[in-house]
This record gives sequence, C-alpha cells and structure tokens, in this order.
Amino acid sequence: MKYQHKQIAKSKLKSRTIKDKAIRVLVVLLSVVTISPIVLIIFKLIEKGYKQISLDFILKTPPNSYEAMTALANGELIPGGIANGITGTLLMMVVAAVMAIPVGVVTGIYLYENPGKFMANLTRNISDILQGVPSIVLGLIAYIWVVKSITNGYSALAGSVSLAIMMLPMIVRSTEETLKMIPVTIKEAALALGVPYYKVILKVLIPTGFSGLLTGILLGISRVLGETAPLMLTALGSTIINLNITKPTSAVPLLIWEFYNDPNMVGLIWSSSLLLMAIVLSLNLISKQIAARTK
Amino acid sequence: MNDNIKQIKDPVLSIRNLSVSYDKGKYAVKDVSVDIKRNSVTAIMGPSGCGKSTLLRAINRMHELYENIETTGTLILNGKDITNMPTIQLRRMAGMVFQRPNPFPTMSIYDNVIAGYKLNGISLKRSEKDEIVERSLRDVTLWDEVKDTLYKKGTFLSGGQQQRLCIARALAFDPEVILLDEPTSALDPIATAKIEDLLVTLKENYTIILVTHNMSQAARISDYSMFMYLGELVEYGKTKDMFTKPRDRRTEEYLTGKFG
Repeated sequence: MKYQHKQIAKSKLKSRTIKDKAIRVLVVLLSVVTISPIVLIIFKLIEKGYKQISLDFILKTPPNSYEAMTALANGELIPGGIANGITGTLLMMVVAAVMAIPVGVVTGIYLYENPGKFMANLTRNISDILQGVPSIVLGLIAYIWVVKSITNGYSALAGSVSLAIMMLPMIVRSTEETLKMIPVTIKEAALALGVPYYKVILKVLIPTGFSGLLTGILLGISRVLGETAPLMLTALGSTIINLNITKPTSAVPLLIWEFYNDPNMVGLIWSSSLLLMAIVLSLNLISKQIAARTK
Repeated sequence: MNDNIKQIKDPVLSIRNLSVSYDKGKYAVKDVSVDIKRNSVTAIMGPSGCGKSTLLRAINRMHELYENIETTGTLILNGKDITNMPTIQLRRMAGMVFQRPNPFPTMSIYDNVIAGYKLNGISLKRSEKDEIVERSLRDVTLWDEVKDTLYKKGTFLSGGQQQRLCIARALAFDPEVILLDEPTSALDPIATAKIEDLLVTLKENYTIILVTHNMSQAARISDYSMFMYLGELVEYGKTKDMFTKPRDRRTEEYLTGKFG
C-alpha cells in the first residue's frame, strides 16, 4: 500500500514538473512577444532614419518637393529638417499644458477631497469617459469651438485645445491617485498646527505629492505628443516656423503624414519618427525616474 | 466625579459637558466634565473604542473637519473659552502629537520645527527662527543629535527622533497644553523610554494630556488619570490613588486585566 502511494506521488510529481516547465517557457515566450514590437520599432527607426539626423534636421525647415527630388536624383541626402514641426509641437504642448494642468490638478484635488459625493463621482466618471473619446472627435470639437469661432482659421490654439482636452482626464486621475497615496497623518499634522484647509492643500499636500503630479503630467504630455488626427482638423500645418498661436502651425506628427504623402519626401518619415519616438521615450523615462526616486 | 473637579485649583483646562457624536445619536464621548491640572501629566486610559482619542481630539477641535461629527459642551483653556475660537489661535495654545511620527517629508529638520509659523504665513526674523528651533529642539533633547544636520530632511531621522521632532514642532508655538495621542505606540522600548522621560521633564513648563492604552506607561509617568469606558468618563483622579484603590468596579476590572 505504502509503496503504491509513493509511486502515484512520483508520477504526479513528474507531470507537475513538466507542467511547471511548460508554463515557464510560455511566460518567457509571451513576454518576448510583448516587448518585441517596441524593440523592432526602435531598431527599424534607427536603421532607416539615422542617416538623416543632423544639426540641420533640427534647425532647418523641410525642403520643397523639387529640392528633395533633385537631391534624390543626385543620390544625396534630402536637405533641410523639421524645425517647423519641432517648434510647433513644442508651442502646442506648452499651450495645452498651461490650459490642462491647472484645471486637471484642481479637479483632481476636488475628487480627492470629496470621496463618495455624488458630484465628485459624476465628475470622475465623465472624466473617464472623456479619456475614451476618439481623438479625431476632439479635433472636430476644437474645429467648431476654436477654428470656426475664435481664431477664424486653422490655428495652433485650436490644436492645443484638442490636445488639452485629451490630457485633462489623465492629469485629473493622476492628481487624485497621488493625493490619495499621501498618508492622512501628514494632513493632520498640518491641521493640528492650525493651518487653514486651503493652505494645507497648497503648502503641504501638493509639495508632498509634487513628484507624483509631475509624473502624471509628463505621461499626459507624452501620451498626446504623437497625436496627429486632431491636429489635421485644427493646426493644419505650416511650411514655416510659426510661434503665433492664432496661425496655422506644423507639428512633428503632421509632418510625418505630409512626408508620407509626397514620394520625394518619404525618406524623411523615418528620421522624423525617430525624433518623435526619442522625445516620447525620454519623457516616459524621466517620469519613471521621478516616480522611482520618491518611493 | 464632581468631587474630582473640585480637587483641582486653577485648572489649565476645564471641560464641561463635552459630548461628541458620530452620525445622529451615536456617542463616542458622553457628557464628560473634567478639570486638568496645570504642569502635570494627565493620562487618558481605556479599552479600544472607548472614546479616549476622540476626547483628546475634541480639545483642539480636530473633528471640525468632518461634517458628520457633532461636538457639544464647553472648553475653557487658560480662562479663555476656546469653543468658538479661530482654530489657528486655539492650536497655538494646544499642540498635538500623533500616534505615528509625521514630520513633513518635504521639509528639513529646521523647517519642520517652525512649520507652524511657516505654513500659517507668520514671518519671523532669522534670529527669532534660530532661537525657536534651538529652544524647541533642546526641550526635546534632540538638539545635540541634529544640530549639524538641521538642513537635512526630517524623514531621515529614526522613528524615535522623528517623534521627538514632532513634539518639538508642537512646542515651537509655546503652547499651554500638549495633546499626545498614543505617542509611543509605534516606537521601540528604548525610544519609548526617552519620550517618557521627556514628558516628565516637559511638565515643568507645559501641561501634558496623554492618551495611552499602555497602563504601565500611565502608571509610570502620569500624575492624574482618567479611565474611560464606552464614551463615559468612569473615573478620574490621582494616578496613584486610581491604581491602588480604584473606586469603580469597571476601573478595577480594566486595571487588573479582566478586559481591555
């Protein structure tokens, strides 16, 4: 009896070991599948794009189609760069951040301060729904609100409005989550010193959760940095460097779309994508660093 | 109970008919009237949920933050009615120290001590600040340990040091009373002993009210003790008397470990 029992245990052990190994292999395999797209993307972008990257690429505006064609015919690199796109993206990001950060942070504080209240729950749900609105729809809204009625024409401002609406729910959520992580004892310590409530928020909670807030904001920015669809309906694009928010403006993703549509310029899509990818990746890494340092 | 009130002359704090209720009709503290002796350590004891922390927090009106908590009764601190006093004024007179050390993580040791001034926007001269910081840190016997690292973050200190820093932060306002809510429950025995010694020295200049569920701590350092049960103040008197001949059966049962 005893012997038989041992036998069964042994065979079970064997099948378990095999199962265990199989699962291990599967996990590793699936992890590889998960990370391979990003590795392949970066590899492809570097392979195809590195030749075009130079100082000119950052400082000059794109060539016209004819110049690009000549360069291609002579077997040279396409001259010029994407300075109009870089400045346009920067301009719209700054304007969008200026609009979205205060609204988002204040809304996040409101949600944190009123847990379980009807209005707060409603706001949170609406903010979550907003996160799911297709970006092209936000572009349309900004077109109606800004292009048609404020700037009377395509403009950087309209682009910024659509991007700000996209950033908003992310900032709201990250603010609320960051504040929730601060121990309530810190808040009590300030209140026990007689500090008025609004000062507790401004001088204690926000500085304490500052890195968390910053992380959320950076992730929000990096998320909308590559948006193209809403910009097509709002910022439109421009061949020159434009820093006037009421005028049409280019952006890196818009340029990539334009290059793609011009057979002579198509060589520039890789280097432009590489640059965009580098900015997004470094924003992600910076926010990860900030988050890690404060834990 | 009323005998107890009469015993204490020139009390620093008089609590009259204090009740605190959560929601409607659920009392955490029921009709407590008590006088606190100046320059003494008064311990509030009782089993978990007896309302001892609630009573302590009612003194500096920490409950006002919560809408569903209702407080009734009168509080007289140093002859002044503090029931409706602006909280900034009240909390300068009644400092509070919590269960877990909670220095502000973004501030240096120096800034933590004068946080009450800083956060309330009270501007001080550099020399005044230095003086307050040194006096408060000396009072809590932390000065010698941190005088070379005043500009480092307060959170780098050990748990016991952090708690002494929090006491220093409360002392910086030069309060009448210091309210401590189980200040040693998160500390090791050595740090606890230091804090206990400190409280005994501090009573020369301040009045200390201490919530503790550690009976031996109450016996070691307090001059007066309250025993609370189910929101009621069951017994109040000199600690020596209460521990040797408790008048109420519930006090005796608690002190002898029959419940708690």
